[in-house]
Amino acid sequence: SCDFAPSGSFSPFRRLPLPAKRKYMRSPLSPEMATQEVPLNETLAHLKTESETLKLKLEEERAKLHDVELHQVAEKVEGLGQFVMKTRRTLKGHGNKVLCMDWCKDKRRIVSSSQDGKVIVWDAFTTNKEHAVTMPCTWVMACAYAPSGCAVACGGLDNKCSVYPLSLDKNENLAAKKKSVAMHTNYLSACSFTNSDMQILTSSGDGTCALWDVESGQLLQSFHGHAADVLCLDLAPSETGNTFVSGGCDKKANVWDMRSGQCIQSFETHESDINSVRYYPSGDAFASGSDDATCRLYDLRADREVAIYSKESIIFGVSSVDFSLSGRLLFGGYNDYTINVWDVLKGTRVSILFGHENRVSTLRVSPDGTAFCTGSWDHTLRVWILMC
Amino acid sequence: MSVLPFSAVLSSRMSTKAPSSNSVAHARRIVQQLKVEAGFERIKVSKASADLMTYCTENARSDPLLMGIQASDNPFKDKKPCTIL
Repeated sequence: SCDFAPSGSFSPFRRLPLPAKRKYMRSPLSPEMATQEVPLNETLAHLKTESETLKLKLEEERAKLHDVELHQVAEKVEGLGQFVMKTRRTLKGHGNKVLCMDWCKDKRRIVSSSQDGKVIVWDAFTTNKEHAVTMPCTWVMACAYAPSGCAVACGGLDNKCSVYPLSLDKNENLAAKKKSVAMHTNYLSACSFTNSDMQILTSSGDGTCALWDVESGQLLQSFHGHAADVLCLDLAPSETGNTFVSGGCDKKANVWDMRSGQCIQSFETHESDINSVRYYPSGDAFASGSDDATCRLYDLRADREVAIYSKESIIFGVSSVDFSLSGRLLFGGYNDYTINVWDVLKGTRVSILFGHENRVSTLRVSPDGTAFCTGSWDHTLRVWILMC
Repeated sequence: MSVLPFSAVLSSRMSTKAPSSNSVAHARRIVQQLKVEAGFERIKVSKASADLMTYCTENARSDPLLMGIQASDNPFKDKKPCTIL
């Protein structure tokens, strides 16, 4: 397997050894076209002109409503003071890069997955390992906790998403009960249960997202529209309906209707791969983190980007983002080993956190907002809280 | 454009048409998609921003990473897990 020697100094041009995030054109999927007659005026050139016109119209419409900047409106809000956040738990046990983590709804358990093929369930209060599974592949890029807390899902270079029921019996071999649910034609980049243990949403290097029935493994809906690998996804808070957002190597963030499979909104302002997307707690907006070293906020009702979180001194990609409970803070895990904490409304950085000894690859705030957890290529996970 | 090998589950969605009709179909899908997006009902950024701000301020007090909470309510605040001797 590919490895590169971790160095003590920053190397801005370090590349991911595996897997390669490839940009490619997929063959379009439209079986329904086989039965339609092609109208006379629909030559390729005509369609291209029409799409250019529509794009311009979209930009015009969006611009008309761009009457003010978010940070200007936020001038009347009180500024945030000094923030001191510290690591309160360090979870050690992975033998290689931590790639993904997720919180259990009980606010204390965490599932994490690693390049070495291991998936571990931790009690973050005690730092004890409760379960460990060895996957048949390396680079387990995605993992998720089931809402019930009774199962975890994971996958990566095996192109699948598998569900493991968690047994109360610590001696039981979890791998024996494994259920293969999703099958993609390229690596699994992210997975998430919907609001029950019965359905899983996945994103893949094959350029698609998909919704699966866990019990039968049946594909319920697929989502086509990204022009390259899809790297991340996030489900809208349940109150706001059946939508989710995905981000990809095509620099686009797409919002999807889960029932119809339709892409309802699309945003293309990042200058590089989008590694992470996360809904604002009200569901009216979402944040993204990208290899272009910026985080951005997109408002869904204004249908545009409303904030960029960046500094000239920050030149490394963002791997992972999440909001605090009120949505006022945005946490970003970066490839330069740091976490930057942003004032979402004012657009300024309120804190920079050090601790990890390699890239921060994954970051999630706990379900009750008391802490956030980061996973890193330094093989560890850290749980952080606000010191006050 | 080569057709990717596909699993049985995805096979009903994959097309094996000749490249030229694929390009037209692809372009038509893009136009369709843009028409959907163009028809979206948008609100002004000022209104959207005001609503984001309202949400933040209404929920600020109950945001532990923003305001902090009592050590007794935060299970992560103790440095070491308690052991009963």
